[in-house]
Amino acid sequence: MIGSLDITTLQQLWWLLCSVIGSLFLFLTFVQGGQTLLWQVAKTDDEKSLVVNSLGRKWELTFTTLVLFGGALFASFPKFYATSFGGAYWVWILILFTFIIQAVSYEYRTKPDNLLGAKTYELFMFINGSVGILLIGAAVGTFFTGSNFVLSEYNLVTWTNPLRGLEAAFSLFNLSLGLFLVFNARTLGAMYLVNNIDFSINPELEARLRKWTLTSFICSLPFILYVLVSLLLMEGFGVDDQGVVSLVSRKYLGNLLANPWILGLLLAGLVLVIIGVLNTAKSSTKTNGIWFGGLGTVLVGLAVFFTAGYNNTAFYPSKADLQSSLTIFNASSTHYTLTAMTYVAMTIPFVLAYVVYVWWAMDNRKLTADEVASDSSAY
Amino acid sequence: MIENVDLTMVNWARAQFALTAMYHWIFVPLTLGITWLCAFYETIYVKTGNEEWKQLAKFWMKLFGINFAIGVATGIILEFEFGTNWSNYSWMVGDIFGAPLAIEGILAFFLEATFFAVMFFGWDRVSKRFHLVSTWMVAIGSNLSAVWILIANAWMQHPVGQEFNPDTARFEMQNIMEVILSPVAVSKFTHTTSSSMLLASLFVISVSSWFLLKGRNIQMAKRSIIVAAVFGLLASGLTIFTGDEHAFENARHQPMKLAAFEGLYDGEKSADLVAMGIVNSSKQPGDSQDSFSFAIKAPIPGLLSLLANRSLGSFVPGINDLVYGNTEENIMGAAEKMEKGKLAIEHLALYKKAKSSSDENSAAFALATFDANKEFLGYGFLENPEDAVPPVGLTFYSFHIMVFLGSLFPLVFLAYLYFTLKGTLPEKRWLLGPGVIMFFLGLVSTEAGWVVAEVGRQPWAIEGLLPVTVARSNLTAGTVQATFFMFLVLFTVLLIAEIKIMTKQISIGPEGN
Repeated sequence: MIGSLDITTLQQLWWLLCSVIGSLFLFLTFVQGGQTLLWQVAKTDDEKSLVVNSLGRKWELTFTTLVLFGGALFASFPKFYATSFGGAYWVWILILFTFIIQAVSYEYRTKPDNLLGAKTYELFMFINGSVGILLIGAAVGTFFTGSNFVLSEYNLVTWTNPLRGLEAAFSLFNLSLGLFLVFNARTLGAMYLVNNIDFSINPELEARLRKWTLTSFICSLPFILYVLVSLLLMEGFGVDDQGVVSLVSRKYLGNLLANPWILGLLLAGLVLVIIGVLNTAKSSTKTNGIWFGGLGTVLVGLAVFFTAGYNNTAFYPSKADLQSSLTIFNASSTHYTLTAMTYVAMTIPFVLAYVVYVWWAMDNRKLTADEVASDSSAY
Repeated sequence: MIENVDLTMVNWARAQFALTAMYHWIFVPLTLGITWLCAFYETIYVKTGNEEWKQLAKFWMKLFGINFAIGVATGIILEFEFGTNWSNYSWMVGDIFGAPLAIEGILAFFLEATFFAVMFFGWDRVSKRFHLVSTWMVAIGSNLSAVWILIANAWMQHPVGQEFNPDTARFEMQNIMEVILSPVAVSKFTHTTSSSMLLASLFVISVSSWFLLKGRNIQMAKRSIIVAAVFGLLASGLTIFTGDEHAFENARHQPMKLAAFEGLYDGEKSADLVAMGIVNSSKQPGDSQDSFSFAIKAPIPGLLSLLANRSLGSFVPGINDLVYGNTEENIMGAAEKMEKGKLAIEHLALYKKAKSSSDENSAAFALATFDANKEFLGYGFLENPEDAVPPVGLTFYSFHIMVFLGSLFPLVFLAYLYFTLKGTLPEKRWLLGPGVIMFFLGLVSTEAGWVVAEVGRQPWAIEGLLPVTVARSNLTAGTVQATFFMFLVLFTVLLIAEIKIMTKQISIGPEGN
């Protein structure tokens, strides 16, 4: 069945799947956003404990989604995996570093004899939520601004900038995308916490979270506006039927106009985020903001990835050598592997279903301070 | 191992991989094994309704959680290290190697991550049965993830189901079922998971022995031990059986590794197994020195032949046969393979050149020569035939330490089982004292196993097809060195924190719950 699909369809399908996983990751960065809010919203140890334990029930989902994003890209677009990870070395190493220190922080933060002390583990969480997300945004930004690499005739990568990927963070566009993701994660984090915690004995915490939802969103606005305006105006990397890559003026604007449904996703996503923020910030009872904000973030993420990869666009362009640029056509696995992986991917709805079911079963009652205090497994 | 590394990029990248993999492997086998024990303990609780079993399950889960966190932390780097430090590898075999990593994410990691939260925080939020199912799901999920990563590893050791495509200059998958069901994958997975169950049982024995020596939590310790001793004994049997299977597969597909871990230079019929020995460190392939300064052979003649080929009189090739060839036994040496490999590389380049100038005749000719020799592609990158030999001493000692300890553990489980059933275990201080350190011996043994597997296959990233010198990323030695020390410091700090937290939680005991 799937084997009869042609390679182009499979490449587009796998770009779609990778985009979905990447966009779900962006939604799940509410965990990272919450981590950066910790010191601002939680004024007492009990409040801190509530926030950390609320996030702590979800951090692994975010982490696992990131790992799957890497794995899915490796399986479906191995040339991207090889080129980007081996080339933009430092940016990826630093991102990984922030996730390594995150992974132990929940479990170790309040355990006695933890060597580094609770403050250090909280700092680890902050670094993960700020530096980690900023650099992920900068790396995604290079999908549009391009990188500095040359591929040999054997498709082996040489990076031509000595900063090995860190140069991505010195572009205003990449930096803006990174900062947008940081503030968006904080917006989502605040909305998630509003939804997840029972504030009956901590009403001030709730008020602060609702306030920070709006503040974080407002902070994110200039960056997303800059990214969107630049995106519409900038030169992009187009690829013709022969696979020749060239600079095309207003390429991404062209992509959106050629595929109005992508523009629709983007606008719908932004509107949903705004609804989520308003529901949370302008009300003292509504707790559904995270669902609007989360879905909105997924849609914006999809629009960004689709604009980068579809409509004959090089999704990982090289500024150093245009013809080394990666497209979903030249960077993918073979027809055989994509077919086999598509069969595996048919289990994804099932995976999503049990994740959603468990989420519902675990969260249908709000997290209370008493529960955290009496739970010996609490973080 | 790390002291002997010279300052080239490839060796630093190897050292970094060894470092991260070995740190990761301190935590993973315990995770893989103890989830089953937690599931058993909780099942007994659900069946009997006895709260003491619940407390016991929660105690081991807590230790599991501390261990799990650092396992995750050390694991993420491994997945991405293929890209960062071995990017040529990632391109050249990504079409095959990426698939099991992605499948691991889809089918295994989400099970683990989703149900982990229920296992720890769901006691009062979901029903007893749903909680029990969740605990089993964590066990199944973590062991499923081992399946997929070990399939990936096994494929590097025995690259089946693939074909080199000269146009894209990469290996491409032809048959995913061959990759998944490769006999090397099956023996590797069964050996690794059964030895992890063994290790987790040792962990429970060690911690419980400490309680018994301290004279506290006697009932909990005895209950933990009885389940762990039975489980450990079964796991030991499986580990020995699958280990034998694994050695048999090595003899088929990686005879050089087998020769190295036995220190066998000159192949022979009815080859003897070396029970213990000291490797002659100045011995080189092809010279006339003795292989060992001192060696004791196993008492039964022909045991190595039996292990390798299931036949006492059969021929087992030694390092010299594999390097220089042995016409009598019809073994092609690395020297001859290198010539063929160089032909393959040369004609791949000619093919690409002819293609780019649209010279179809020359292209077809070059391709024919390439195809005839591509099986030896990797050998073409070696400089000397002796480069095909892995470090013999390290491989030999690791193998023998692993086997020696692996044979000791079933006796330990038997002794614990016997005295627990007799009811006299708490008095047997001569057993409990050494029992406390058994977990550490288990760690040594399981790490040694990976040294055999990974050092023993050098110089290959992909056996016979891709040496590590080609698989590397285009980085400077200084860059890799910097990240090596970054990870060394970070992982060491986290390990110390983990040990401190773990020992504290053990000393607090199940009452802390």
